Amino acid sequence: MAKKIPEINASSMADISFLLLIFFLVTTSMDVNKGLARRLPPPMEEDKELDDSEVNERDIMEVKINWENKLLVEGEPLDVRELRAKAKEFVDPAITGENMPVVADTILPEPFGKQPFKNKHVISLQTDGETSYQAYLEVQNELVAAYNELRNECANKYYGKSFVELEEAEQKNIEAIYPVKLSEAEPKRY
Amino acid sequence: MPALNTSSLPDIIFMLLFFFMSVTSMKEVSYKVQIQNPEATELTKIEKKSLARYVYIGSPMSEYREKFGSETRIQLDDAFAEVSEVGPYISNEWGAMSENDKKQMTVSIKADKNTQMKVITDVKEELRKVHALKINYAAVERTSY
Repeated sequence: MAKKIPEINASSMADISFLLLIFFLVTTSMDVNKGLARRLPPPMEEDKELDDSEVNERDIMEVKINWENKLLVEGEPLDVRELRAKAKEFVDPAITGENMPVVADTILPEPFGKQPFKNKHVISLQTDGETSYQAYLEVQNELVAAYNELRNECANKYYGKSFVELEEAEQKNIEAIYPVKLSEAEPKRY
Repeated sequence: MPALNTSSLPDIIFMLLFFFMSVTSMKEVSYKVQIQNPEATELTKIEKKSLARYVYIGSPMSEYREKFGSETRIQLDDAFAEVSEVGPYISNEWGAMSENDKKQMTVSIKADKNTQMKVITDVKEELRKVHALKINYAAVERTSY
């Protein structure tokens, strides 16, 4: 009769895997890898003259944050919570007016056809050296949110989907109507 | 009373282990600066973590206070750095990357929410100089105003 092979004692397996688990819990982090994605403008060429002649007063929305983290939009104080609506109004080509940016037309593939858009609008953001990062990010967030909401509305209207669900080519079309034009001026230094 | 059958316990624990392995990420560095993440709502995830480089900005942790003071400092990898070192650090990281990876590289700015903008602006200027234009301001989801 063949000798019965004894089974491997697996009772310590649980302990070993517990140990591994605890090791991973300690060394890893539930780190935030989320953030507000932005693109910086390319560096300015030194010998290049600034060309202000083509920029119209009405095409610019001036947003300033002072050292007290207070907001000044177009020369008037504003709450951060109202900034999103204001920025949307400014970028939306459907809303025109004396102080609103010039509207131009662009030809886009179907289903758009001829589309009006505010081709020259610029939102200019200026901070003070002592502005807090949180205040700055809140403002950036609201401005990005304004663009995102407009793009989503447009995507829903034409494709019946939200902007992020669209194909790349479809996204490009919408981006053409709502180009993100956020300029950050050099901060004032005292 | 028969003993409780624990033979499936290792499997359960392993499952837990794999769960944690997949949802968490290895710590990139040990923080030398204190960072309280700012809050925002329009957050996007960094797509390729391996192509992300981090710039940490905050005041030094208490154990480094004596040596470095409590002024806002910048941390690159595992060491404190000056603003002027940010540019060279990024170009150095680029050296080992392929053309395609370079385009996709994101610089994540992890700054404390009370940092003054002048520091952030200086860092951004440095990044612009070396053409590292794709950036990401690390933040956490805002739950309430």
